[in-house]
Amino acid sequence: MPLTPDQKKELEAKLQEFVGKPIGPPKAGRDAVNEPMIRAWCDAMGDANAAYLDPEAAKASLHEGIVAQPTMLQAWTMDGFEMHKGYDEPVNGVQRIHKLLTEHGYTSVVATNTEQGYTRYLVPGDEVTEETVIESVSEEKATALGIGYFIDTRTRYTDQNGDELGWMTFRVLKFIPAQQTAAADSGETAAAAAPARIKAPMGHDNAPWWNEVEQGKIPIQTCNQCGKLFHPPRPMCGECGAMDMGYIAASGKGTVHTFTVMHHPQFPGYDFPILAVLIDLEEGTRLMSNLLGCKPEDVHIGMAVQGSVEEGDDGMKLPVFRPVA
Amino acid sequence: MAGTLHDQAAIVGIGETKYTKNSGVSELALASEAVRKAILDAGLQPKDIDGLTTFLLDTNDEVEVARSVGCGDLTFFSKIGYGGGAAIGIIHQAAMAVATGAAKYVVAYRALNGRSGQRYSEGVSGDIVTTDLIHWSWYMPWGLLTPASWVAMFTQRYMHDFGAKPEDLAEVAIATRDHAVNNPAAFFHKRPLTLDEYMDARWICEPLRLYDCCQETDGGCAVVITTPERAKDLAQPAALIRGVAQASGDDQEQMTSFYRPQISNIPEMELVAKQMYAMAGLGPDDIDAAIIYDAFSSIVLMQLESFGFCGPGEAKDFVKDGALRAEGGRLPTNTHGGQLSEAYIHGVNGVVEGTRLIRGTSTNQPAKNEHVLVTAGVGVPTSAMILGQQS
Ligand SMILES: [Zn+2]
Repeated sequence: MPLTPDQKKELEAKLQEFVGKPIGPPKAGRDAVNEPMIRAWCDAMGDANAAYLDPEAAKASLHEGIVAQPTMLQAWTMDGFEMHKGYDEPVNGVQRIHKLLTEHGYTSVVATNTEQGYTRYLVPGDEVTEETVIESVSEEKATALGIGYFIDTRTRYTDQNGDELGWMTFRVLKFIPAQQTAAADSGETAAAAAPARIKAPMGHDNAPWWNEVEQGKIPIQTCNQCGKLFHPPRPMCGECGAMDMGYIAASGKGTVHTFTVMHHPQFPGYDFPILAVLIDLEEGTRLMSNLLGCKPEDVHIGMAVQGSVEEGDDGMKLPVFRPVA
Repeated sequence: MAGTLHDQAAIVGIGETKYTKNSGVSELALASEAVRKAILDAGLQPKDIDGLTTFLLDTNDEVEVARSVGCGDLTFFSKIGYGGGAAIGIIHQAAMAVATGAAKYVVAYRALNGRSGQRYSEGVSGDIVTTDLIHWSWYMPWGLLTPASWVAMFTQRYMHDFGAKPEDLAEVAIATRDHAVNNPAAFFHKRPLTLDEYMDARWICEPLRLYDCCQETDGGCAVVITTPERAKDLAQPAALIRGVAQASGDDQEQMTSFYRPQISNIPEMELVAKQMYAMAGLGPDDIDAAIIYDAFSSIVLMQLESFGFCGPGEAKDFVKDGALRAEGGRLPTNTHGGQLSEAYIHGVNGVVEGTRLIRGTSTNQPAKNEHVLVTAGVGVPTSAMILGQQS
């Protein structure tokens, strides 16, 4: 269920309380900067630079000894595998924000940007401490992934003398997934899959329609005040001016108003040729859709069809139509 | 101040780049070249220009063009939305600006790397959720991603309602191609199209075949607009704007107005025509030649009806005996080869050709050229104008 305006206001006030504050006390790395970890990192990254790996060559270089690969900065203070536990039982401010949003339906998270800056090279023996501040939590944004909040943090890294080593900014989007089936429920990006059809990007004005589709219905927007039906959905009833809109389920009975058979260009994720049909629904509105179970040469204007929500091989649920036998 | 735009503005300069499939230069370079050529064609200098107007889709902001071309101070600048519907919308803007004194000399321009850069045939997509993207989302999941797919839906119903045949669409494509054959600037210069070639070409989206669809082009076009008074002192004969109008219809969508009771006509074009004819004090019988926006062949047929050259559903009969042909046709149409066969500069190459028709300098110049209709875009909030000769 979407939040009421009051619930949203309350949530956003809670979110803003975190802004400008450290997520917790400064956190020291578990190990000092050390050569085995530098080597493991370089192996994983495929970095063969002698300044990180070869003591002799490093000594002869301007570094005068082994240095850590700079992008490792973040690694020295990470919690390792234990980190995931904090998202259930928060131990810092970021985790508390995540839990708060998850509880309000913003269940998915994706990292969108990060930047690092380096003040000096780290050398074996350095002890790294990080201090992270929540810089901002955005207003609610509609994105291609879904509706959610951007959370920006800034981390400052210091050494054993309290001198700066560098910094990192990190932005994540915590969101209501555009379609539940596509939800990524951790910070990991989903594994590469077969090409899928283009999902409808979700905004305030169309997400409720797709939520109905998820329930297996072919929705038609209706004005809760005067009962007029609309497609595509809109935020206001142009008939009576109400902004109180709901949905009814169409019977799925309809006829073909017009159609096309699409041959070119062919987009990945779609089965060509595509039979696209504009349907006159018996309720009086129209809907663009696909006609399945029909040869392109058999479709005709006026043809009786029956619609239902079907899930494709790509996991996308869509209202589609089939000829009435 | 005038209460009407009738005869209050004129096109006095035209400029265009070469039309290619890979310009190798920036869109700003194309815009700058077209704008400068138009200014010099009018007998003006860049510093004379105090107004610029273009498409919302154009990536060349007015200030970028002004600095590049050396225009100096601007007192008017604007952009018009809705793709090809803006082709006369920008002329409408310029006419209002010079008629009201907001500016003295306005350049209307459009430049794009439409083939080597972003190709509209590659379909809509996007990451930023805007009202516009939500609009496309009612079509994308079902595979309707391209202008051809949307226009095919209307075309199918139009052919069904009125009995138009593939041969009728072919006549638009072939007549237009025959014009391009004589136009050295056209992509299909010296390359005629036969009915067999038309019918044998591959399907794009049924009932649209390959040659029902326009070019994708790298290039730019610009025209200079000023008052009829100032036009008298300039280098070229003026093309007077006799009437000009914009319109968006009831239940309008951008390219997908599928939810109106009838979808085999173009209500927004009918509204443009009504206003434009009333302003000009003219009717369809007064029009000697036409530039009819032809992103697809079928929309030429539909617009012949919108602008009253024939009744609803009668365009197939109207075009049968060569009415669109420069040689002896009732309404020589798209004498440059149109967007089907010259170039796709979002309709603004049609404004340039319309001006040439009034000047008498088209490569397919018909004998009668007192009044020329130029239309813009189809299936979008749109625009059109009638050009005439200055006495
Ligand atoms: Zn209402």
